[in-house]
Amino acid sequence: MTVVERREIALVDLLDRLLAGGVVITGDVTLRIADVDLVRIDLNALISSVNRNVPSPFGD
Amino acid sequence: MTGLRYVYAVCRPFGAALQSQLTGVAGDPPRLLPHGGLVAVVSHVPEADFSEEALRAHLEDLDWLAGTARAHQQVIDALTVVTTPLPLRLATVFRDDSGVRTMMEEREESFRRILDRLEGRVEWGVKMYVESGADQAAGRAEPAPKPATGRDYLRQRRRQTRASDDLWSRAEEFANRLHETLSRRADDARLHPPQNPGLSGAAGRNVLNAAYLVRRDVSEEFVEMVDRTKDDAPGIRVELTGPWAAYSFAGEEGTGEGA
Repeated sequence: MTVVERREIALVDLLDRLLAGGVVITGDVTLRIADVDLVRIDLNALISSVNRNVPSPFGD
Repeated sequence: MTGLRYVYAVCRPFGAALQSQLTGVAGDPPRLLPHGGLVAVVSHVPEADFSEEALRAHLEDLDWLAGTARAHQQVIDALTVVTTPLPLRLATVFRDDSGVRTMMEEREESFRRILDRLEGRVEWGVKMYVESGADQAAGRAEPAPKPATGRDYLRQRRRQTRASDDLWSRAEEFANRLHETLSRRADDARLHPPQNPGLSGAAGRNVLNAAYLVRRDVSEEFVEMVDRTKDDAPGIRVELTGPWAAYSFAGEEGTGEGA
């Protein structure tokens, strides 16, 4: 195994957390991010983490 | 400035000031909106970009998404220096302050429970990769001679398959052991789906993409544990990210293994 690296935050690590983590609250303006269809970019890996089958932890 | 309210996080009140040069997702510095013993961290965003319809379009734009995600992360990072924030999902937007207050009132009990669970803790990300080419290398240790007979061919195939299977079963065992070891030092763990190499640009195949909730005072020990896995297995690479705010543990359920 090679080095354990610490460098600038990779976008993919950030999106793992920002699109799949954090408290899910339906704001009174916006859609839930899970409802967004990320069609124009290849975000298959992310879409599987932005899983629309996973209910909000608050059940709304 | 009018506009909509973008909420980054909810925290317990904290004494320190936020970095003065901090800008939010739309360039507006985040401010604190206290309500009912908790504080929401909020900035103003233009309706033109953050209305439902505009957001839907923007979120399909990787550059916009990246910029917004990084700005969001910067605010959360600054909060992590002064308190233990409960991060909200990207792009949680309200019409006005009173909308934010109503939300905080409805969620207060739940926010407090989660904040208690996260208090004094950070998230560490650990990813494990099987180096690209390692499986082919394992399958073709020596260049195979052209098989003379069908039986030779089958024997060769079996040998290659077995070597490759060995690598993957060693990798699986390594991942399980690593996850088990790190989980013992952590208060909670979550498994994210493996990352797509096309997105991450990382070499090798990502076989473990885990997040661990770790007390700050044992974080150094945790990082050393990850470092110590260094020489354990050829063909395997481990990467550490963090410390993060506890994004992956912001849900209400404090269960052991997520996802």
